[in-house]
Amino acid sequence: MISEKNITCVVCPIGCKILVKIDETQLETVEGNKCKKGIEYVKNEVFDPRRMLTTSVLVNGGEWPLVSVKSSKPVPKEKLFSILKEIKKTVVNAPVKSAQIIIKNTANTEINIVATKTVKKS
Amino acid sequence: MVKPEVIKVIEKTVDVAVIGGGPAGLASAVSAREHGAKNVVIIDRNNWLGGILPQCIHDGFGVEETGTSMTGPEYAEMYIEKAEKQGIDVMKETMVLQFDKKREIVAVNKRGLHKIKTSAIVLAMGCREKTRWNVMIPGDRPSGIYTAGVAQAFINLYNIMPGKNVIILGSGDVGLIMARRLKFEGANVLGVVEILPYASGLPRNVVQCLEDYDIPIFLNHTVTCINGKERVKQVIIAQVDEKMNVISGTEKKIECDTLLLSLGLITENELVNNVGIEIDNTTGGPAVNQYFETTLSGVFACGNCLQVYDTVDVLATDAKKAGKNAAKNLTIKRKDNKIITKVLPGRGVRHVVPQIISEPGKVHLTLRVEKPIESSVLHVIADDKEFLKKRLLWVNPANMIGVDIDIPLDLMTTTQNLEVMLDDF
Repeated sequence: MISEKNITCVVCPIGCKILVKIDETQLETVEGNKCKKGIEYVKNEVFDPRRMLTTSVLVNGGEWPLVSVKSSKPVPKEKLFSILKEIKKTVVNAPVKSAQIIIKNTANTEINIVATKTVKKS
Repeated sequence: MVKPEVIKVIEKTVDVAVIGGGPAGLASAVSAREHGAKNVVIIDRNNWLGGILPQCIHDGFGVEETGTSMTGPEYAEMYIEKAEKQGIDVMKETMVLQFDKKREIVAVNKRGLHKIKTSAIVLAMGCREKTRWNVMIPGDRPSGIYTAGVAQAFINLYNIMPGKNVIILGSGDVGLIMARRLKFEGANVLGVVEILPYASGLPRNVVQCLEDYDIPIFLNHTVTCINGKERVKQVIIAQVDEKMNVISGTEKKIECDTLLLSLGLITENELVNNVGIEIDNTTGGPAVNQYFETTLSGVFACGNCLQVYDTVDVLATDAKKAGKNAAKNLTIKRKDNKIITKVLPGRGVRHVVPQIISEPGKVHLTLRVEKPIESSVLHVIADDKEFLKKRLLWVNPANMIGVDIDIPLDLMTTTQNLEVMLDDF
């Protein structure tokens, strides 16, 4: 079965509107992209969309109540909210150093959640 | 009453004083130090360095500068470490009250009143957000109305949720990023309202902050009224025509408890107003020459108090030049060159920096266009004669444009104004 999808390419600020026709597991046609990078982008968007996740984690006894965190790699889009749920349950003790691992293998993605800020003890 | 003799006056002398410890202040201070200034001080009113960066927890910072995409706090720490290593003096929780034509700064903090003699000053005060009163939204004055950046600080720094059911007015990047951030924290984002026919933010943010979470964007719409006694209860949005006038009969009521405003930024230059530095009315910042020097000798300007930048990378690149020139200002003897050429924005161009060319040579112009154009030609006109022509594709007011030009000496002596304009091609 062939399905259609409209995708805005975000590789550069032009933001091409790309129309793709998908036959189950492969791209049938790609229209509207002004460069080759658009093809690679829509391929990923259709079959394995991923996003960098940035949010914050509660800190116990720190100069700030929160430490900002990020996923060590882009995470699968459909797992964003299950990862966020796990992050929300997490509390970390001060001091926290930037790049410190806060959650290992979050939601079984083999991706870590790491601190992006240094938070000293209060 | 405090007796005058109780107020402690602390005096010191420095080579370069940088006012503001955000990204521009940090980059210019580090650069001034690297280029020979021995005594560099950063003065900031907050109790942290990095300015807005610690609350910008999303990534995308430093891509052009370092090749990796950093979050705001990571980018800030990179520069804070550099500043520490170079022994740059930092005065936190210190408010600069004024400086004068001799570049003497008066500042105040808990320790007392500070008089700081400087050889050069770098202005890096940044900008602030437009509020409801800049666009005059009618209605009640309840709680629950925040600028997007204030809501960002609440959520990302202080762990306070600004509300549950949120409408965002303005589709600049901060507004879009806040839509996603609120969604992540469990709020219900009812929509983004944009008066223009297109989103002001980057397509990337439209996709990854709105479309990913099915957050609607109401283009050609604005908020016409805010209702609510204690707390926001409802906002009214309506469609606008090409002239941005509200089309009556298109009003829609939206029940919500919070309105975020992402209306754009205003350069912050109150300090500059009383000392006779020329201000460019379109940027709202000081007019500078190609060395980022203002019309007051030895005073330089960079960052968002000069002009509002799109990315921290370009901002830092310019701030480093300002810092370097502030350091050089200590060693070179000024040629009192009275011949200057003014750079003026023409048709299709909103503003150009630098506004003044004070010496011949290579000059890097940064400019912002009036509206999006697919294919255009940029003209630089020297007193009615075309001096430079350049084809530009996909120009957009959201993207600052950089153009290098080479100014020959004879042009400086014969030309008073350089006009930069843009035509459809």
